Amino acid sequence: MTDTTRSPKSAFSSLTRLISVPGGARLGAGPNIAAVILVIIVAASLAAPLYVPFNPLEMNALSRLQGPSDLHPLGTDPFGRDIFSRVMTGGRVSLLIGVGAAVVSVALGLVIGLVAGFFRTADAIIMRIMDSLMAIPAILLAIALVALNGPSLGSVIIAITIPEVPRVVRLVRSVVLSAREEPYVEAAIALGSPMHKILFQHLMPNTFAPLIVQGTYICASAILIEAILSFLGAGVSTEIPTWGNIMAEGRLYFQIKPGLIFWPGLLLSLCILSINLLGDTARDILDPRMKKREG
Amino acid sequence: MIGYILRRMLATIPVMVIVAIFVFLLLRLTPGDPAAILAGDAATPDQLEKIRDRLGLNDPLYVQFFTWAGQLLRGDLGTSLISNTSVSSMIGNRIGPTINIALMTIVISVALAVPMGVIAAWRHRTWVDFLVMSFSVLGFSVPVFVIGYIFIQIFAIELRWLPVQGYVAPGENFGKFFLRAIMPSLTLATIYVALIARMTRASMLEVLGEDYVRTARAKGVRENVVLFRHALRNAAVPILTIIGTGFALLISGVVVTESVFNIPGIGRLTVDAILARDYPVIQAMILLTAGIYVVVNLLVDISYSFFDPRIRY
Repeated sequence: MTDTTRSPKSAFSSLTRLISVPGGARLGAGPNIAAVILVIIVAASLAAPLYVPFNPLEMNALSRLQGPSDLHPLGTDPFGRDIFSRVMTGGRVSLLIGVGAAVVSVALGLVIGLVAGFFRTADAIIMRIMDSLMAIPAILLAIALVALNGPSLGSVIIAITIPEVPRVVRLVRSVVLSAREEPYVEAAIALGSPMHKILFQHLMPNTFAPLIVQGTYICASAILIEAILSFLGAGVSTEIPTWGNIMAEGRLYFQIKPGLIFWPGLLLSLCILSINLLGDTARDILDPRMKKREG
Repeated sequence: MIGYILRRMLATIPVMVIVAIFVFLLLRLTPGDPAAILAGDAATPDQLEKIRDRLGLNDPLYVQFFTWAGQLLRGDLGTSLISNTSVSSMIGNRIGPTINIALMTIVISVALAVPMGVIAAWRHRTWVDFLVMSFSVLGFSVPVFVIGYIFIQIFAIELRWLPVQGYVAPGENFGKFFLRAIMPSLTLATIYVALIARMTRASMLEVLGEDYVRTARAKGVRENVVLFRHALRNAAVPILTIIGTGFALLISGVVVTESVFNIPGIGRLTVDAILARDYPVIQAMILLTAGIYVVVNLLVDISYSFFDPRIRY
């Protein structure tokens, strides 16, 4: 695979970008709105059990597929369950999957990436494996993993994590490769600092800023992939409502009750949109050069 | 140049070998008895034995691998556990619709995204730029199938312009094919357009600040020539790269889109195989899609020098 080439000019342009950011004018209102939306969605999801009018799992044969009413603000699903309660509760698990996948893949990718970036012999082997993993479409790999390991919450998180790891490894490795040429690292090596000290104390801190940004993107894409997995029938079992499996169940009833797809879809999209926008903002502030590493 | 192409082609071999090993180990390293995983909970010991026999699961791991790899090199992808037909013929029967939809998607995406990105960069920090960037962020944030259902709701149910689902081969009736393929292609194109437009804009912004662009403008070269001949060509390499790496997204998208629109392509075949735990088909599909991804990126790498003559190998 090829890395996107960097022109010598970009150092200058990223410097000007960096300077222009703290002024705030360039960022506009977008990130603030995104942050507010995200806080509302996260708070509403976490607090869902406190205020939702119905048990999200409670079925009621007498009130199937009802329209919106005072009792059921968004109507009911084919099993008579309250859609509003389900959608709000579903957010909890979707967000948990997003955060879980982000944390696990960043942690794994960080360790593997540090090793690949620092040890030349390991590098060749690790990167061949990572390149190969990246050649397998994420969704296919994830559904295959869930199908083999069973549809538990843990296996869904692992299935989403594994395809993301190579991207984190490449990022960490590229940061380590450029940092290890810095004089302070050479000095540490020359002074005979122990390996773990060089790796964790000198090299690792360089990766934090880009990893925070990458982590937010992974969180967003994990929520999206959970929805797609559920949609394809390889997601968390429907006893635990998630935005994804509510939409998946809504598929068959789409023409009668489009709300089953649109409401969770709307919340999920707003949530991912805000996370992505905040990720872009964090990237602009923390490390403008990352623009170059996209893709 | 030819030397480079050959070397680059050789470099794809280890990648494919590792993908093959990985796919092979995926089933074998899953905790539990692979035969039991494939047969499901209700399997009798007889059925388990049959599956072990069919997949050679009783042999030592390395024997299994080399038997399988040997068949693979002879072009034998194995036999489906469910339908008992050869996997290659199953893929052969289903690949047509997928290729047609994918081609249409790529054409639509590039035709929309590149001009969008160019205009956004040209009118940097105006409402046009804002619109393109908003669309691009939105494209990343809405799940593919939700986009599909929104299109169905608008164009098929409300406006009744297009049929809801289904597929007709273009050779059979091109008009009918087009009407049924346009919604899936647009659905699939959304995320690809978002990706390409974003990269086109970023890459063009970089190039538009270069001296030769100012020189061209100062000479009085027409603006569209400056944009598309001087700037876009120089901005092409990152755009091509993203088209290549974005291909993995396209493949993932195909799987989902075919399910939404009921298209009998290989995406649908894969999902059905995975849900039925038809392992020979799963193995073949992962290998095939990885192979397609590798070849597309090989072609992208080779095409660099065509767009940017400074790149010599």
